[in-house]
Amino acid sequence: MSEQIDDLIKSHYAAGFVTDIESDTLPPGLNADVIRFISAKKNEPEWMLEWRLKAYRAWLEMVEPHWAHVSYPDIDFNAMSYFSAPKRDEDRPQSLDEVDPKLRETYDKLGIPLHEQEMLAGVAVDAVFDSVSVGTTFRKKLYEAGVIFCSISEALQDHPELVRQHLGTVVPQKDNYYAALNSAVFSDGSFVYIPKGVKCPMELSTYFRINEAKTGQFERTLIVADEGSEVSYLEGCTAPMRDENQLHAAVVELVALDNAKIKYSTVQNWYPGDEEGKGGIYNFVTKRGVAHTNAHISWTQVETGSAITMKYPSCVLKGDNSIGEFYSVALSSNFQQADTGTKMIHLGKNTRSTIISKGIAAGHGSNTYRGLVRMNPGATGARNYTRCDSLLIGDQCGAHTFPYIESKNPTAIIEHEASTSKVSDEQLFLCRQRGIGEEKAVSMIVNGFCKEVFRELPMEFAVEAGKLLEVSLEGAVG
Amino acid sequence: MLSIKNLHATVEGKEILRGLDLDIGAGEVHAIMGPNGSGKSTLGHVLTGRQGYEVTAGEVTFMGQDLLALAPEERALTGLFLAFQYPVEIPGVSNMEFLKTAVDGMRKHRGLEVLDSVSFMKQAREVCKRVDLDQNFLKRGVNEGFSGGEKKRNELMQMMLLEPHLGILDETDSGLDIDALQLVASGINSMRDSKRSFILITHYQRLLDFIEPDHVHVLGAGRIVRSGDKSLALELEDKGYGWLESEAV
Repeated sequence: MSEQIDDLIKSHYAAGFVTDIESDTLPPGLNADVIRFISAKKNEPEWMLEWRLKAYRAWLEMVEPHWAHVSYPDIDFNAMSYFSAPKRDEDRPQSLDEVDPKLRETYDKLGIPLHEQEMLAGVAVDAVFDSVSVGTTFRKKLYEAGVIFCSISEALQDHPELVRQHLGTVVPQKDNYYAALNSAVFSDGSFVYIPKGVKCPMELSTYFRINEAKTGQFERTLIVADEGSEVSYLEGCTAPMRDENQLHAAVVELVALDNAKIKYSTVQNWYPGDEEGKGGIYNFVTKRGVAHTNAHISWTQVETGSAITMKYPSCVLKGDNSIGEFYSVALSSNFQQADTGTKMIHLGKNTRSTIISKGIAAGHGSNTYRGLVRMNPGATGARNYTRCDSLLIGDQCGAHTFPYIESKNPTAIIEHEASTSKVSDEQLFLCRQRGIGEEKAVSMIVNGFCKEVFRELPMEFAVEAGKLLEVSLEGAVG
Repeated sequence: MLSIKNLHATVEGKEILRGLDLDIGAGEVHAIMGPNGSGKSTLGHVLTGRQGYEVTAGEVTFMGQDLLALAPEERALTGLFLAFQYPVEIPGVSNMEFLKTAVDGMRKHRGLEVLDSVSFMKQAREVCKRVDLDQNFLKRGVNEGFSGGEKKRNELMQMMLLEPHLGILDETDSGLDIDALQLVASGINSMRDSKRSFILITHYQRLLDFIEPDHVHVLGAGRIVRSGDKSLALELEDKGYGWLESEAV
């Protein structure tokens, strides 16, 4: 495959394509040629290139959204580079042992060294560095079960028909500004296909990180659970310290066909910026799933990173009796801003959705829950339950709640509960009087607050999530 | 064990303790009585280092250390325990997790091995029984939805597990019926030994029927106006605090 790429690049070069192909990073800027370069570099089928270009043309007509409760300087999309491969093929790590020690150090801090990941029976790791997938494990075992778990670039080579059938069916190219951008320039991401009636034999896990300066990351993930199948997918992110803002605009699409079940868990820990709010990552992500008849989609997210987050993992409950769930912990510390929540779109009869959102604001953080529950005319007997709790630490932070409820069916039942509380001096003093230090006490109280969400996470993720909160809250007290 | 000399403390700029002296030896039980506003609870909070209670003068030595120089958690680890008058709730944090975190820290500080979950669970269950709390309380959030009496027994449970050198009980008897009072008293009595000391802060003589103090002090306007033995408490019960007021000024 690398030969093919080299050939292609050479041929482009011969054709007068001006990009410096010796560098694996494109110079900053976005135009149709950049998209052709990406597509060519990935040896994509012609329809894929057309699909990307269509998205690009749509994006040019769109305007950047500014309705979220966040503020940040304007993004110069021409100052970003849209492709970055970590190294030439032969220089890439051939196994997890060759993984960048810095990355492994970060994992070690979080108590999840990669070499243990491999041993953790049941977890397959598809590590994504920057824009190109490297280490993939357990794929063979999955293959025997008929499960396809690979990078989306590989899927485009090996299973183009599956990708073509589903890509953009949940999040169309024109869905929103960032989804359109992603559709045009997505670099890589994961592809999962679970065949009919198959329960995926292990939890699937991908670790992302952002590696190269000034490189926007545009992952594209597509998970298709065929009829009666089941899969649990874990997404975890870490990033090394850096001082430049970076845009991350991923798209995740979930397709749960009849009677299928998809559980998607995220523990997100991108660089949030320093104590003064400088640097840090912009995380503007579109995540959505479509649940067909009797299907079940469950989103669980723990958001502790990013300078700015706009993210609304959503469920379109299309089929009758389908179920959507959203469990979220979002922490904003220092100068972090998070505007996150979900959308539950009830189309089918007797569809059910549950939203449990726990927002934590500390330091100068701003935490916003924004959620939409819509009962369409066909959603007879549909139900939603929403609970939205906010916890404030200190007196410089803010929590906001924007629930949107639209019901066009009189038989639908919607419940909404909300609360705001504060970590009180009395609580902290009780802990300290029992010999528990202030930071430990805060993390214990915060963990208690998040318990309902953490128990939705797979075990090892729940532990990691707890640690992340602890690390993220360091210095937030006092 | 504890030596307080000329302690002055203010709360929100108002002087509450005005030159308090008190010495407590190992194994002694001291009752501190006095009318509302005399500074009884303030004493407990000042000793344990609560925010908002400012020491303006005086010295406190505890276990040979300058207590006032220590952070609240360090004071706790040194062996100072306060049973709160109004224990606060911590929703979501299970009593078990809270207790284990506290006991782990204490054991580490004392150079003891940290107990594994199973051994700790066993110990916690036994203590539950001693204070007549159902084991379910271990699973519930700290004080979450507990009745007044249950909260007080939960405080006692924490004290039993943490085994402090000095336990300060801030009106632990208030709001308890006679059965609960006896239970709490026998719990405290069971912890008495030649090394462990207690300060019982109370309004009423009632508690002292069950826990016999070595010394009784009456607090008035921020200092000790009268000290004596158990009979002083009985005298107070008879005459009220009024007859001491003139001495307090």
